[in-house]
Amino acid sequence: MSHLHAVIARAFPVAGVIIGGMFLWELVKAVFAIPDFKLPHTYAILGELFRRTGRGELWVAALGRNALVTGGEALVGFLIGGLAGFVIAAAFIHWPFAERGLLPYVVASQTVPILAIAPMVVVWLGTGWVSKAIIASYLTFFPVTINVLRGLRAVPPDALALMRSYGAAPGQVFFKLRLPTSVPYLFTALKISATASVVGAIIGELPVGSAAGLGVVIINAAQYYTFRPTNLWAAILVAALLGMVFYFLIVEVERLVVRGQQPIAPGDSA
Amino acid sequence: MPGAAPMIAVEHVSQRFGTGAVHTVALHDISLTISVGEFVSLIGPSGCGKSTLLRIMGDLIPPTEGAVHVNGKTPREARLARDYGIVFQSPVLYDWRTVRRNVELPLEVMGFPRHEWTARADRMLRLVGLEQFRAHYPWQLSGGMQQRVSIARALAFGPPILLMDEPFGALDELTRERMNQELLAIWAQTHNTVVFVTHSIPEAVFLSSRVVALTPRPGRIERIVEIDLPYPRTAATRASPRFFALVTQVRSALREA
Repeated sequence: MSHLHAVIARAFPVAGVIIGGMFLWELVKAVFAIPDFKLPHTYAILGELFRRTGRGELWVAALGRNALVTGGEALVGFLIGGLAGFVIAAAFIHWPFAERGLLPYVVASQTVPILAIAPMVVVWLGTGWVSKAIIASYLTFFPVTINVLRGLRAVPPDALALMRSYGAAPGQVFFKLRLPTSVPYLFTALKISATASVVGAIIGELPVGSAAGLGVVIINAAQYYTFRPTNLWAAILVAALLGMVFYFLIVEVERLVVRGQQPIAPGDSA
Repeated sequence: MPGAAPMIAVEHVSQRFGTGAVHTVALHDISLTISVGEFVSLIGPSGCGKSTLLRIMGDLIPPTEGAVHVNGKTPREARLARDYGIVFQSPVLYDWRTVRRNVELPLEVMGFPRHEWTARADRMLRLVGLEQFRAHYPWQLSGGMQQRVSIARALAFGPPILLMDEPFGALDELTRERMNQELLAIWAQTHNTVVFVTHSIPEAVFLSSRVVALTPRPGRIERIVEIDLPYPRTAATRASPRFFALVTQVRSALREA
């Protein structure tokens, strides 16, 4: 089966679930007589995308433009966070006392509500894209650190003994053995981080003063919710799609990186 | 080889794990000499210390007491001089490397010239009969084939000594017998000094020139049986009365615990 066929074969169940979900949505709305402002019709939300804004732009285009801004911030944050997470894990492997001392604080950093930290970051770093990227990286680095730490340690003892018998230097053991062993664990973390970075970027846009991005759209749509509820739903839909695009990008990168090696089972990649 | 300096000399080696009141004596006062080009098996039940002894010889564990001399050096010097090729029970091949790149691993680590890697690896793969699989990945090979790659990797840099820790333990009986035959064929060409750990008596007798029978608690040498069967050995050897007599000798030595 060519790769295109495989993609289409996987798209079918997804399309089926979407159509089934829309059907269920309308069914619940009808059965419980839910008013439009609580749960708009699915076609109303989709129709919202093709409404023209005051400036004559299609709403879906406006959302797309903002999604690109958010996506850019998330991508930079993802790359920074991914790199930072990896470096921290590598440092912990090399200096176990650093892990013992710092890991509790690393964990604690994630339990502080991001909604409380985001305004602080914006105050420190301004309302430009930098503060958004930093917040995105903040949510990204933790899964990477934890998973890569596990992966760097998941080396069979006999493999280490073999390297020892070759007289290998510690750097050789790290780059030739530990690092490749950690790659599957890294990708697991990156899949989590892909969506987390989008969330981080959106949260970074919520504090007052940001110019563009899905977070700004969401804040405005929430403010005027009773006036036009479908706005918020449409914005949420696009935000979800952005996260999904990120996720499937990672899946494709992984597929290219592990080309030739044992095929990933269907359940693992999506 | 009478008169020649031993390749491996184990002198009054003891190994204790743990300290104080709660400790295990894995090995007690082991002394053994292995000559150049010999094939020696270490055999015994679980806990007799055979794997521990192998690892001490290979400088993977330091002995609690006693000394080991390898090729005129300490085990550490021998390890840094790349005198050891090691094969474990699990092949521990790298999933992310092809078969050929796996065999090249020691050459990379040891700093062999880059232009030699492919030639050496291919030569070793030809020796173990897997050269047409050189571009495959480990997951595509059976257990026996993976172990042959592991042997090719251990020999790639031409070490004088081969240490093997139950290399065929995870394979079925038929594959194991075939691998025994192939190992002897490889050894006939490479002339390494081989120390082979196993808990299969027929395997030990079939492969070796001497069988060292160890008994546990504490681990010590019960008896060393000279195997006077001629090389090259074949399936016919396994059926000979002398083979059966030697197997019985080893078995009775192991019973005296």
